[in-house]
Amino acid sequence: MSTAAAAPVKTMPEHHYLNATYGIRSWLLTVDHKRIALLYLASVTFFFFIGGFFAMMIRLHLLTPSGYLLSADTYNRMFTMHGVAMIFFFLIPSIPAVLGNFLIPLMIGAKDLAFPKINLLSWYVYVVGGAFTLYSMVSGGLDTGWTFYTPLSTVYSNSAVAPAVVGIFITGFSSILTGLNFLVTIHTMRAPGMTWFRLPMFVWAHYATSIVMILGTPVIAITLALAGMERLFGLGFFNPAMGGDPILFQHLFWFYSHPAVYIMILPAMGVISELIPTFARKQLFGYHFVAAASLAIAVIGFLVWTHHMFLTGQSTYAALVFSFLTFLVAIPSAVKTFNWVATLYGGSISFDTPMLYAFGFLGLFLIGGLTGLFLGCLGTDIHIHDTYFVVAHFHYIMVGGAIMGYLGGLHFWWPKMTGRMYPEWLARISALILFVGFNLTFFPQFLLGYLGMPRRYHVYPPEFQVYNVMSTAGASILAIGYLLPMIYLTWAAFCGKVAGDNPWPATGLEWKTQSPPLTENFEVTPVVTWEPYDFHNRPDLGLDAVAANGVVPAHGDD
Amino acid sequence: MHRTGELYGQFKTLEQQKESATLGMWIFLITEVMFFGGIMLAYALNRHVYFPAFAAGSNTLSLKLGGFNTVVLLASSFTMAVAVWSSQVGKKTLISIFLLLTITLGFVFFGVKYVEYSQKFHHHLVPGKKFDIFYCVNNPAGCPDVDAPELMEESKLLDEAKAADPDLNAHAQLYYSAYFGMTGLHALHMVIGAGLLFWLLKGSLAGRFTPQWNTPVDLVGLYWHFVDIVWIYLFPLLYLIDRHK
Repeated sequence: MSTAAAAPVKTMPEHHYLNATYGIRSWLLTVDHKRIALLYLASVTFFFFIGGFFAMMIRLHLLTPSGYLLSADTYNRMFTMHGVAMIFFFLIPSIPAVLGNFLIPLMIGAKDLAFPKINLLSWYVYVVGGAFTLYSMVSGGLDTGWTFYTPLSTVYSNSAVAPAVVGIFITGFSSILTGLNFLVTIHTMRAPGMTWFRLPMFVWAHYATSIVMILGTPVIAITLALAGMERLFGLGFFNPAMGGDPILFQHLFWFYSHPAVYIMILPAMGVISELIPTFARKQLFGYHFVAAASLAIAVIGFLVWTHHMFLTGQSTYAALVFSFLTFLVAIPSAVKTFNWVATLYGGSISFDTPMLYAFGFLGLFLIGGLTGLFLGCLGTDIHIHDTYFVVAHFHYIMVGGAIMGYLGGLHFWWPKMTGRMYPEWLARISALILFVGFNLTFFPQFLLGYLGMPRRYHVYPPEFQVYNVMSTAGASILAIGYLLPMIYLTWAAFCGKVAGDNPWPATGLEWKTQSPPLTENFEVTPVVTWEPYDFHNRPDLGLDAVAANGVVPAHGDD
Repeated sequence: MHRTGELYGQFKTLEQQKESATLGMWIFLITEVMFFGGIMLAYALNRHVYFPAFAAGSNTLSLKLGGFNTVVLLASSFTMAVAVWSSQVGKKTLISIFLLLTITLGFVFFGVKYVEYSQKFHHHLVPGKKFDIFYCVNNPAGCPDVDAPELMEESKLLDEAKAADPDLNAHAQLYYSAYFGMTGLHALHMVIGAGLLFWLLKGSLAGRFTPQWNTPVDLVGLYWHFVDIVWIYLFPLLYLIDRHK
C-alpha cells in the first residue's frame, strides 16, 4: 500500500491478548473470545487437512476408469469421511467459530461475548465430538455417505457408524451454544451508538446464521439420536422392516442439513460484504437490503428441504411447492450479488489479497448459485440428480463460496488477529493458484454430471477419463493453493511486518483498537457516531489526502 | 474477565447482565422445542399410519400412575413458582423450603416413573426381540399387578386392534419406541433440572439470592416450567390416545 510506505516504522503494542498470560493452561482455560477463536482456528484447520487427505485419495483413485488405488469398500469410506470431516467439523464451525468469535465483540464494541464460559464450553464440546468421530475414522471408518441414510446406516452398514453419529450429535451442541451466544451478544452487548442499522454486515450475517443454528441443529441432534438408538438398541422409526419410514429420516435430516448450507454460506457472504466496501473505498450499496437478504435467506432456507428428495416419490404437488420455494432463495442471493457489484461500480478498487478472494467468491458463487437452480427445477433434476453435477454445484458453493470467504476473511483480519502482515505478493499468487486449481477441479465435474456420471461410484466408463484427469490435476493445484496460505500465514504470525492498527484502512470498530487487541478489546468503551462503511466522514482513516488528490472517482458515490 | 460482586466483567450493569441471561435461557428453550419437535414428528407420523397399534399400546399404560405423575409435576411447577416469587420479594427461608419441596416432588415423579418402567419390562413391552403386546393377556401369572377385569378389557381391545392391524405386535413396538424415547428424554431433562435445583438450594442456604440478584432462581424456574410443559403434551399424546371407549 502506498500510504503505508510513507508512514513511520510501526511497532507491536506492548500489551495485547496474546502476551497477557503465558502457558498451556492460560490457553486451555481461557475465556477470552479471541483466544477461543484461535483454539477453533487450530482445530478446524486440523479437520480441514484430514478432510483434504480423504479428498486427495478420492481424486487419485478416480484417475483411471477402473480405479487401481482403493477397493470399492475403501472408496465408500473415503468419500463418507471426506464429507463428514469437511461439513460437520470444518465448514460449519469455520467462519462463525473462528472469525465470528474473534470479531463480533470487537465489531460491536463489547469486551467479550455475553457468555464467555459457554463459549469455551462450546470449544470443548467440539473437541469431544471430534474425538468420537476421529475414533470412528481410525477404527475402520464409516461408509454410509455423510447423509447417514437409513436403513443403511442403522441396519446394514458394517462400519463404525455409532461413534461417528455420537460425535456429530455432540458437536451439534457446540454449534447451538455458539449461535445462542452470538444472538444474545448482538442483542444486549452493543456499544453506545451502535444501532441495529450501524452493525457491520458481517454481524448481520452472523445474526442470520445464528438463527439457523439454533433452530436447525436441535433437529439433527434428535434425528441422529433416534438413528443412533436404532442402531444400538433396535428402535424402529426409520426401519421399514419394523414398519418405520426411512423417508422420515430424510425429511428430518434435510430439515437441518439444507439450512446447514446457509450456516456455511451466510457468514462467507458477511465477510464479502466487509471486503468489497473496504477495497472499493465505497459505502456498501443498499445496506438495508443486504441485511434483510441475510434474514430472508435464513427464513426461506428452512422451507426448501425436500428439494433433496424430489426422487423419493413424494407428492408432485409438494415437489412443485418446494421447487418454487427453492427458486425464491435465489432472490435474496441475487440481491446480495447485485449489491456487491453495484458497490464496485465507480469505486476506487485496489487488488489486495482479500479483494482477490472476494472477486473469486463473486464468480464462483454466481456459478454455484445458478447451477443450483438447475437442480431445484423438477424436470432437470430428474436428469442430473445424484450425478457429478450435484457434486460440482455444492462444491462451487461450499468450497468456491464458503472457503473463499473464509480465506479472504483470514487474510483481511490476520493483521488484527496477529498484529502482523503476510507477504502480499505470495498471498496474491496463492489466491490465483487457488482460483485456477478450484475451477480445474470442479468445472469438469459439471460436464461429467451432465453426461451422466453418477456420484459415489468407484469406477466409471472410459470415455469420462479425460474430465476426471483434469479434475485430479486441478485438485493437486488446489492443494498447493491451500498449503501456501497455511505456511505463510503461520510464518507471518511470528515474523511478518508489523501491521499497525488499521492497515487497509477499513471503517469497522474492530480497526479502532490496537492490533492485536487488548484482552478487554478497547481501552474505553467506544461510542459510535458514524454510519457503516462511510469513508467520507472519517478523518481518522487518513484518507483525506488521497481524496483531495482526486484519486476517488468523482462519481464514486451517489 | 474480572468479576465485581455479582457483575461479570463483560457487562456494564446488572440489568444488562440479567437481560442477557434471560434472553439466553429463552433461546435455549427454543432449541429445546425444536429438539422435542423432531421426535414428536416421528410420533405423529407413526400414530397416523398405525393408529390401531398406537391406541392399543396407549391402553396398556396405567392411567392412574400417569395421571398421578401429572398432578405431581403441576404441583412442582407451583412450588417452583413460589420459590421464584420468594426470591423476588426477599423471603430467604421460603426460597429454600420451596426449592426443597420442588426437589421432593421431582423425586416422587422419578419414583412413579421407575414403577412404570419396571412394569413395562416385566410385561414384555420394551421394544426388542422379547416384545409381546399379548404377554399379559396370555400369561396372567406374569402380570400380578394387573387385575382380572382389566385383563379382560385389555384382551378385548387387543383382539379388536389385531383385527384392524394384523402386524399389531410390530407396530406396537413403534408406539413403545415413541413412549420410551419421549418419556426417556423428558426424564433426562428432569434429572438435569433436579441437579440445577440442588445447586440453587446450596446457593439459597448460603443466602445468595436477594431481590436485587436472583437470576439463577428465575432461569432454573423457566427451565423447570418448560420441562413441565413438555409433560403436559406427553401425557395426552401417550396415555390418552384412545380412552374414550
